[in-house]
Amino acid sequence: MSRADSEPLLEVTDYKVGFKTERGMAKAVDGVSFTLPRGSTLGIVGESGSGKSVLNRSIMGLVASRAQVETGRVKFNGIEIANTDRQAFWGTKMSMIFQDPMTSLNPVMRVGRQIGEPLRQHLGMSRAEAKERAIELMTSVGIPSPAQRIKQYPHELSGGMRQRVMIAIALAGEPELLVADEPTTALDVTVQKFILDLLGDLQANRHMAMTLITHDLGVARGRTDEIMVMYSGRVMEQAPTDDLFSNMRHPYTAALLDSSPKLSHAKHTRLRPIPGAPPDIVAPPPGCRFAARCRYAQARCLVEDPETRIMSGNHKFACHFPVGTDQGAEALANNVATGHTAAGLKISPEGVLV
Amino acid sequence: MAGTGDAHLRQGDEILLRVEDLVVEFPAGRKGRVHAVSGVSFDVAEGETLGLVGESGCGKSTTARALIQMPRPTGGSVWYNSQDLATMSAGEMREVRPDLQMIFQDPISSLNPRRKVYEIVSEGLSVWGNKQGAFTEGRVDELIEAVGLDPRVAREKRPHEYSGGQCQRISVARALVLDPRVIICDEPVSALDVSVQAQVLNMLEDMKERYGLTLLFISHDLSVVKNISDRVMVMYLGKICEIGDGDLIFDSPSHPYTNALLGAVPDPDNPYTDTAELLEGELPSPINPPSGCRFHTRCAYAQDVCRTDEPQIQQVSDGDHWVACHFPVQRETETQVEVAEKPAPKAPAAPPADSVDDSAFAALKAHRETNLR
Amino acid sequence: MTDILNDATPDPTTARAEASATDEAGFVRKKTLGFGFWLSISWLVLISLAAFLSQFDWFVELLSLDGEEEKIKDDSGFLIAEAPSWGHLMGTDTLARDVFSRTIYAARVSLVVGFSAIVIGMSVGGFFGILAGYFRGVIDAVVSFIFVCLLSFPALVLALLIVSVVDRSLVTIAGTLGILSIAPIGMLSRAATLQVAERDFVLAAKTIGAKNARIMAREILPNVIIPMAALALLGMAVAIVAEAGLAILGLSVPQGVTWGKLIAAGAFGNDLKDSPWISFGPIIMLFLTVLSLNYAGDRIREYFDVKEISL
Repeated sequence: MSRADSEPLLEVTDYKVGFKTERGMAKAVDGVSFTLPRGSTLGIVGESGSGKSVLNRSIMGLVASRAQVETGRVKFNGIEIANTDRQAFWGTKMSMIFQDPMTSLNPVMRVGRQIGEPLRQHLGMSRAEAKERAIELMTSVGIPSPAQRIKQYPHELSGGMRQRVMIAIALAGEPELLVADEPTTALDVTVQKFILDLLGDLQANRHMAMTLITHDLGVARGRTDEIMVMYSGRVMEQAPTDDLFSNMRHPYTAALLDSSPKLSHAKHTRLRPIPGAPPDIVAPPPGCRFAARCRYAQARCLVEDPETRIMSGNHKFACHFPVGTDQGAEALANNVATGHTAAGLKISPEGVLV
Repeated sequence: MAGTGDAHLRQGDEILLRVEDLVVEFPAGRKGRVHAVSGVSFDVAEGETLGLVGESGCGKSTTARALIQMPRPTGGSVWYNSQDLATMSAGEMREVRPDLQMIFQDPISSLNPRRKVYEIVSEGLSVWGNKQGAFTEGRVDELIEAVGLDPRVAREKRPHEYSGGQCQRISVARALVLDPRVIICDEPVSALDVSVQAQVLNMLEDMKERYGLTLLFISHDLSVVKNISDRVMVMYLGKICEIGDGDLIFDSPSHPYTNALLGAVPDPDNPYTDTAELLEGELPSPINPPSGCRFHTRCAYAQDVCRTDEPQIQQVSDGDHWVACHFPVQRETETQVEVAEKPAPKAPAAPPADSVDDSAFAALKAHRETNLR
Repeated sequence: MTDILNDATPDPTTARAEASATDEAGFVRKKTLGFGFWLSISWLVLISLAAFLSQFDWFVELLSLDGEEEKIKDDSGFLIAEAPSWGHLMGTDTLARDVFSRTIYAARVSLVVGFSAIVIGMSVGGFFGILAGYFRGVIDAVVSFIFVCLLSFPALVLALLIVSVVDRSLVTIAGTLGILSIAPIGMLSRAATLQVAERDFVLAAKTIGAKNARIMAREILPNVIIPMAALALLGMAVAIVAEAGLAILGLSVPQGVTWGKLIAAGAFGNDLKDSPWISFGPIIMLFLTVLSLNYAGDRIREYFDVKEISL
């Protein structure tokens, strides 16, 4: 395989995924573009309803319902795969691991056999070869006593171990891309750290690309090369990880980071939630999707959908009055002076939404 | 690490709840018994928020439910209003229930999908009627508004027509209808989005202040616990590791497990990552918990004594800070403390009979150390 | 302080206010009970109404049901059967009685048998099923055992046994079929109760201080009654057909008419060949009624199944 390393593994252009509903098309993913170089990690951060899961499942070709409509371009290794049957890719080129290991593993099949399945199917191994390789895989994901564990059923393992089994299954076919959909959300924090570390190691060893989907910016930090922040089906901000945190531009990213309690804060610190709820994806409002909840919102934001702008260093964002710029500071000052944002949210003299 | 010891229990009129030596065990088929909670003691003062934190299997939820006798614990006492709830009859306990309310983790599952929200909230009213004269229908409207929802809409809608965060608000309103003194919050924000979490947490603090509540807040999320609690209790495998004033614990965590927990939090500005120890091994089974200190199988500091003797809760420095450990960790502080430093590398302690083989794990760790990113 | 949120619109991406389903074209439609459901219900209401009203003279006269017109005679003066015509919508039988009116009369017994079966099944079976599922332990063990015993009995044999030993009155037959429906409905309600009882809102009701009876009535029952009702409708269909079966064996009620008896009478000797309409009238009624019951039951089950949402 002499594919140039410079050619990106995954290239997504203006990708849209919609669902037909009786009220119209629900635009779950509404124009997402990104590239994923080989061996790198992209973190996709968003809350529920942001479209992050739909995006990745659609890219994989896991269509949830016949009402799903896919448009745009998805190039994997230079080959256009949107709207095609991607079954041949699963397990061999791209693999996915899911949030809940309990429901993602077959409860009535022994763990060893589940790991062996892709080995026998995709790599054509014999039963004995597959068993040996399965033990190897289990060791590489840190499962102790793999020779005994091979015979166990999923319910006999802890959550962390089940997740490791799922990782082993996903990696068995030696994929080039691993999609990790909230892999640690359901796990304890110490197990989470272990699994994320493990994923990082495995990825580095195999020079595998990975998309790490999470709702937690903290999880994405330090484990990704680039982060993409999604909201209501769109990309709000996208930048190399360090750059995102040091030069945060989009008010949503800032608000998201701000809204969770921090270990570094004192107790009983008043939290800063983002008021309201995400907009209707069937009939989104005109203008910026986030305007209704944004503390920088001006009149322009309510009518004009911001275009994606690129800053130096590959930092993209879509905002009229970005954080850390003069326009942004002015907009915020404006709102504080009048006591409310253009969307009608009240704002305190300190600039906090109430 | 032990639960035994009650040196940390406080006296005084302001102590509302006092749990002594709580034990919850239940049969596990032929394999024996699950020791979910083994000798846990703590107290809660009026107006205080006690945060109960730990990972799965530590027994925090079981403790909370045993507290309200749901079901009755296997052993120990729960003192409320100078009465031991654990020895009360079902009828007597029922009389006390309005004072001790609970909200749950899954917002959807905690509301009856077939009933209208207004009915759900006023259920307490219907059950107890106007007995104490404090319950009026106006109260239901007032509470629904207090948690941020429209009472007129609530009369018509069912729970599935609300979002997760809104459902949690409904649960809080339902709990408040009975004018409780204590609300036990069992992971109330774990199933919610981050921005909604913040909304609900703020609302809880507001309700606490407005209605003079005492909270027992259970969570596995340390940042949340730090934010909302006055005092914190860290649990592991049915025992208490560390308990005391939140500030003291978070400033200088003493128990190795607390340290590990804090170090693992994926917070961009986690101040504990330097001192964090990677936990070794797997969580032991609660059916056959390790001897001595239950944490010794995974502790980097474990010595022989940890395997044989269960550590009693002792005070760390002079404040409200208690730890159950033979060798509590101490960070660099000015005060002089007599605790062991991390011992020199030792031969690995012989694992208990049914613990797991760590050789694969050790191999992975070594592998990681040679492949730093 | 918290503002009053606009909670008229739930989070649109996670909550589904209406149940929806994807149809052939890939379009998601709002799920309703459907035209077919209401049609079935209308039929059932109609037939029940007709059966009920047939005891009143004024109704009988209204529809000229009692065949006051001249009975058709053949040349030799014997009464003959006549094919369906405008005067007799379903024809007449060998004694020149109007089949249509007899079928309406027969509906009474058949429907009563069906109703009693589900009433008994739902009340007794449902009640004990909920008790078993809620309290578990000894109560569950005992009740489940009884259910299993009841289920193990071959239904037809039991029916025959009881009917031969006791008597062949309407009460007995309805009662027997009722007893036979206790176990299926009971086991369903037990299973549904088990699922419902472990959910947090039941625990919440307990922490509020509600007594068990109240919890079972207000929290468990509303959730369990829908699947029970769906099954009960199906059970009613079974009961009606079972009665017809008994009739064909000659074991139905001795006096009065039931659909089964009419069908059986019409199959006597050569009548099925020469004048098939005598049986067909009641057969069609039976078929339509059973179909409506089955369809309605199924629609209820499907419609109510998707009311839950996930976060």
